[in-house]
Amino acid sequence: MPPIPLDKQQVLDLYFLEHRAKLLDLAAFLDRYDRAGGAGDFRIEVFREAVKILSEDAPERARRVQEAFSDHSIEPIPTAPGKGAVGAQPPAKSGGTPSDAETSDSNGRGAL
Amino acid sequence: MKYIDPHIHMVSRTTDDYHNMALAGCVAITEPAFWAGYDRSSPQGFYDYYRLLTETEPKRAAAYGINHHCWLCINPKEAEDPAFAREVIELIPEFLDKPGVLGVGEIGLNKNSKNELTILEEQIALAAKHNQLVLVHTPHLEDKLKGTKLIIDAIKRNGTIDPGRVLIDHVEEHTVDLVLSEGFWAGMTLYPDTKCTPQRAADIIEMCGTERLWINSAGDWGHSDPLAVPKCRLEMKRRGHTEETIDTISYHNPMKFLSQSGKFNAG
Ligand SMILES: [Zn+2]
Repeated sequence: MPPIPLDKQQVLDLYFLEHRAKLLDLAAFLDRYDRAGGAGDFRIEVFREAVKILSEDAPERARRVQEAFSDHSIEPIPTAPGKGAVGAQPPAKSGGTPSDAETSDSNGRGAL
Repeated sequence: MKYIDPHIHMVSRTTDDYHNMALAGCVAITEPAFWAGYDRSSPQGFYDYYRLLTETEPKRAAAYGINHHCWLCINPKEAEDPAFAREVIELIPEFLDKPGVLGVGEIGLNKNSKNELTILEEQIALAAKHNQLVLVHTPHLEDKLKGTKLIIDAIKRNGTIDPGRVLIDHVEEHTVDLVLSEGFWAGMTLYPDTKCTPQRAADIIEMCGTERLWINSAGDWGHSDPLAVPKCRLEMKRRGHTEETIDTISYHNPMKFLSQSGKFNAG
């Protein structure tokens, strides 16, 4: 296994500014959402829960963020409702399909 | 330096892309059959696509010194109608012996539906019957974790395919261990917005090691980057990884897996 060749100081020197900018993007996105009108949908709640994982003092945050957005059911669904994915699993009860988010594009943004 | 991009959809890319990939050191690619962005209206549409993959695209690649190979199947996004899908599957054996055809792929799941799973199982059986390598697409975003588990179960249920001859693609932090721990190969796809970034792929390599793991661009008609593999090589280099580690993940590992087909040629 090739462990990370960098020490903590080098990780900061190489990545700090880039990820400081990404953190500001996250903050600005949440501000933008709050300023907008309308009701939104379940994705913002899943997002807010996932953001909490970032400040936990525990390893594998990326894996746990992925799991926060994931469908944890086990059985195949009866029929495919469309082709796209929206990036977060709706709560089992409330459902609620995002209005225009699920596209016939292959993953909402990219393809395969 | 030379590299292999083992998953890229060149029928959707330009000659400029071939040119830039060749300049960056790409010597060989493999192109799985996939969804074109629209549903084909007949099985004949797939027949024509398979000819494009096996006859036309290898010539286009060769003009840039890149060896082109492909995988054939009906993709999961067009597998919701089993009768239609079975007509397509019947066309595949005719192409399997052609030069450059490495196996069956990219089969898999998209929305994790019952019909998708049925057609996945039938194409796993097709691969087993013809002793083909298998390249598997795992679903997007929120569907990936569940789909990866269903896919692994389906391959194990078939029981006749050596996991060392199956590559399960588009793994991320929450699925890579599931795939590797069962003896399968795992592919990390480098995408601008979804799947892995070059940085996160390098992180996964540091956490999981280089055994049975490769990187690819999955460049296609959507927002994607045909130079993603050399960009990940650069990310690893700037962290201080050795040339040996970088070559293992982007050249020697694809070579090792794909050579099991007996038809792979990296030049
Ligand atoms: Zn693909």
